[in-house]
Amino acid sequence: MTLELQAVSRLVEGRVHIQPTSLTLQNGTMNVLLGPTLSGKTSLMRLMAGLDQPTTGRILWHGKDVTGQRVQDRGVAMVYQQFINYPGLTVYENIASPLRILGRPKAEIDRKVRETAEMLRLTPMLVRKPLELSGGQQQRCALARALVKGAGLVLLDEPLANLDYKLREELRVEIPRIFEASGAIFVYATTEPEEALLLGGNTATMWEGRVTQFGPTPRVYRDPVDATTARVFSDPPMNFTRCAKQGQILRFGEGVSASTQGSFAVADGEYMAGFRANHLSLHRGSADALEFHCSVIATEITGAQSFLHVSHGTDRWVGLVEGVQVLEPDQEISLWLDPRHIYLFDGEGRLAAPAAYAQAA
Amino acid sequence: MQKIQNNKAWLLVLPVLVLVAFSAVVPLMTVVNYAFNDTFGNNQFFWAGLEWFDEMVHSDRLHGALGRQVLFSAIILAIEVPLGIFVALNMPKQSFWASFCLVVMALPLLIPFNVVGTIWQIFGRTDIGLLGHSLAALGVDYNYTNDPIDAWATVIVMDVWHWTSLVALLCYAGLQSIPQAYYQAAKIDQASRWAVFRYIELPKMKGVLLIAILLRFMDSFMIYTEPFVVTGGGPGNATTFLSIDLVKMAVGQFDLGPAAAFSLMYFLVIMLVSWVFYTVMTNLDKAEAGQ
Amino acid sequence: MAQITLENLAHSYSANPKSEADYALKEMNHVWQDGGAYALLGSSGCGKTTLLNIISGLLRPSQGRILFGAQDVTEAPTTQRNIAQVFQFPVVYDTMTVRDNLAFPLRNRGMDAAYIKSRVDQIAAMIGMEAMLARKAQGLTADAKQKISLGRGMVREDVNAILFDEPLTVIDPNMKWELRTQLKQLHRQFGHTMIYVTHDQTEALTFADKVVVMYDGRVVQMGTPEELFETPAHTFVGYFIGSPGMNFLDARIDGSKAVLTNGETVDLGARYGDLSGRTQIGVRPEHAVLTDQGGLPLSIRRIEDVGRHRIVRAELSGAVFNIILPEGEGLPADTPRVSFLPGKIGAYADDWRVAPHAMERAA
Repeated sequence: MTLELQAVSRLVEGRVHIQPTSLTLQNGTMNVLLGPTLSGKTSLMRLMAGLDQPTTGRILWHGKDVTGQRVQDRGVAMVYQQFINYPGLTVYENIASPLRILGRPKAEIDRKVRETAEMLRLTPMLVRKPLELSGGQQQRCALARALVKGAGLVLLDEPLANLDYKLREELRVEIPRIFEASGAIFVYATTEPEEALLLGGNTATMWEGRVTQFGPTPRVYRDPVDATTARVFSDPPMNFTRCAKQGQILRFGEGVSASTQGSFAVADGEYMAGFRANHLSLHRGSADALEFHCSVIATEITGAQSFLHVSHGTDRWVGLVEGVQVLEPDQEISLWLDPRHIYLFDGEGRLAAPAAYAQAA
Repeated sequence: MQKIQNNKAWLLVLPVLVLVAFSAVVPLMTVVNYAFNDTFGNNQFFWAGLEWFDEMVHSDRLHGALGRQVLFSAIILAIEVPLGIFVALNMPKQSFWASFCLVVMALPLLIPFNVVGTIWQIFGRTDIGLLGHSLAALGVDYNYTNDPIDAWATVIVMDVWHWTSLVALLCYAGLQSIPQAYYQAAKIDQASRWAVFRYIELPKMKGVLLIAILLRFMDSFMIYTEPFVVTGGGPGNATTFLSIDLVKMAVGQFDLGPAAAFSLMYFLVIMLVSWVFYTVMTNLDKAEAGQ
Repeated sequence: MAQITLENLAHSYSANPKSEADYALKEMNHVWQDGGAYALLGSSGCGKTTLLNIISGLLRPSQGRILFGAQDVTEAPTTQRNIAQVFQFPVVYDTMTVRDNLAFPLRNRGMDAAYIKSRVDQIAAMIGMEAMLARKAQGLTADAKQKISLGRGMVREDVNAILFDEPLTVIDPNMKWELRTQLKQLHRQFGHTMIYVTHDQTEALTFADKVVVMYDGRVVQMGTPEELFETPAHTFVGYFIGSPGMNFLDARIDGSKAVLTNGETVDLGARYGDLSGRTQIGVRPEHAVLTDQGGLPLSIRRIEDVGRHRIVRAELSGAVFNIILPEGEGLPADTPRVSFLPGKIGAYADDWRVAPHAMERAA
């Protein structure tokens, strides 16, 4: 029971929308497509749904070739960023509509509508019209419509993007729960790393029409295969700086160097070191922490934590540190980084050495 | 790529194709037949080649009608487009008055063409018509049946009355799609009324405006019913536009060959101008979007 | 630049409001400092947009006055208020070049050409669009267009205030970081009074010196990000700020102890007087620690790995209780228990925070 993309690609008017992509999605999994706007998330979803035809490659559904088959003949449901419901119908009729099209018996429709409404907490709203509901409820109604017909593939294209932050947070918690109950293949497109992490499941990071990595979400987050994946899957953005390995020493310039004893098993040469904002600290956390002299650009306080925007030579970094830190711009500070949190990327941006902490986790 | 083609889908278009064939293609082919043959009735045809076309291209009568037609369309566009924009800009944006204005504006569009002609024919009469009589009472020497200028004025005012609504309604629709934030931003930027029009309203209206111009051009270039009812093409040939002349030639004089050649050229001119319009329009959009 | 004063300000969309419920904006009195960076934070329908429209002059309030400095502008139209505004969606003049877009507010005010040129160049450098000045605005990406909108908002030096209406809605996450820092720098450089409306707590907290939290037409708290986080004045603030929000547990408050509905007691570390109404205690997920012994027993429902920490979703005393588990920390072996960091528990009566008696606080 799988959806399999075999070297699928799509060109539109000579421009590449999707580079050849192979991907196998297992039944009963949540799959997140994570990438910035125009990275190909929607294009890939349209190929999965059968709304567009691939230029090359095949799409297999449960082992059967469905390339070129019409959308109507595939068991697909889709939810969009906009809340799309029939405005003239009640919530009940909206949820019932896919079943009515399939010509199911009345009793079955009623049972399924009520079950789905209960799952999405829409039972009290069944008699109301979509436009009388809040944005969150409207999107839940659209979700219910997608789920009710028991489609084997449910595609969600940034479904929470138009909702308030707090509502988004609540629905993010709800969606995995709903999904677990349905057993379908879920594909969920988002631009936000945090959303991918909250949803769990598997994540495919996308960049310029290409899936850069696909695997269990926390794994992709901690073990990115290249700098692009790490960049896409970091918010705040991942920090980078140049370094060179020479013998047992990793040198970062201005006298900062780390011992590579037991880690960083790479050949001598130039590398790009990457690390996430939350691993920078204002305090020396461990004995072998590296000290970087930085100049403050701006600080942002989020309540319990502070974001420090700093410059380190020509690099611009963001650090996420504990507590409320009011630092003046242009102030010189020391930021500490445990070498266990450093990823090394080679000249082509491929991962050369993973971060030690991620291996332990 | 494996693409499944379902040819049965073409069957769905069949009824439309049949209808179009009977209503457009068959009559058109008849016209083509007439244009290249000479006939004296009894379904006897003699091949005439391009003779009728040659005659028509060099016909003073046709040149005169074409000149009047171009002048008429130019005047109509020059009045109706700015006036339509002006009306659209000054229509209420919401509330009861918005709906009220929309209904009133739509009224002239709902009246059959010959009725419009009849209304103005009577309206302009100096003996019983409100307009004609009032003008006469004011001492204006107005008589659309005698004076070519008066006849032109009447026909133009009638067309403006009939069709400005269309331009206004299209522009109004374009204006309604402008988010309120733009006006607010313009206020904050202290933009003048002219700047708001020039930089916000006009760019947003451009698409519908071009459609309005195209529609008005085609309609006015083919105008027949209203001036025919009001002036019958007169006085003399003063308001004999292309289609009126065509009908005179074909139905009045039974010169079927020249009339057919004439109408084919007429048809080609309209196609050509519309195509030019369309191409310019889409290229403008592309040029701006692609910059 | 000016201080903004809201005096007995209230607004209702109905012509003759009868009860308080008819007011979209309930009566408020506030003074916003000259040169301050303020954020209006709340969910949709809380009145923040109504308030913004009153400040920008789009809406006349039903009652009260609004002052810029000493000048009453309640009746003044937008054009006379000398403000700048950046909207949710990019508002650019498509047919103009980027340069003309940025210069537009200055040209309309008849500034001299040399000044306009230098000012526009300065702003373009700041928003990183020097290379695109000669291009037409049409066809640019949403990011770039919104940068132009920001630039146009900043271009005038003499504005009373700059209003931002959810300006980062259409921006990709990575770009948000860049634009937010730019805004911060611009604020520092020019010292304009800035008012930023958003539903996104991160944007509000990171942007503003003072965050104004609105709920149901009311300002429920105005404070620094730290105050909102540490001592939310209302349960809504507790819930709205922080991801996940504050945990609230129904409890009877008895002196310096709270008795939960399941009979367990919690030491509050401070003494409270008699409280009436619905009483609750509030604890941030960041201030709760999982332990093997001590504290209160709870049952864990699920654990979410969100990268830099894990969220433990549990049930305690019949309510949902979330705990943030720092990266690298393990879960207790068997029966999990939770304890609260001292001094981080708040007491609430009918949703409002209650201060403990000052005398006994030290004890």
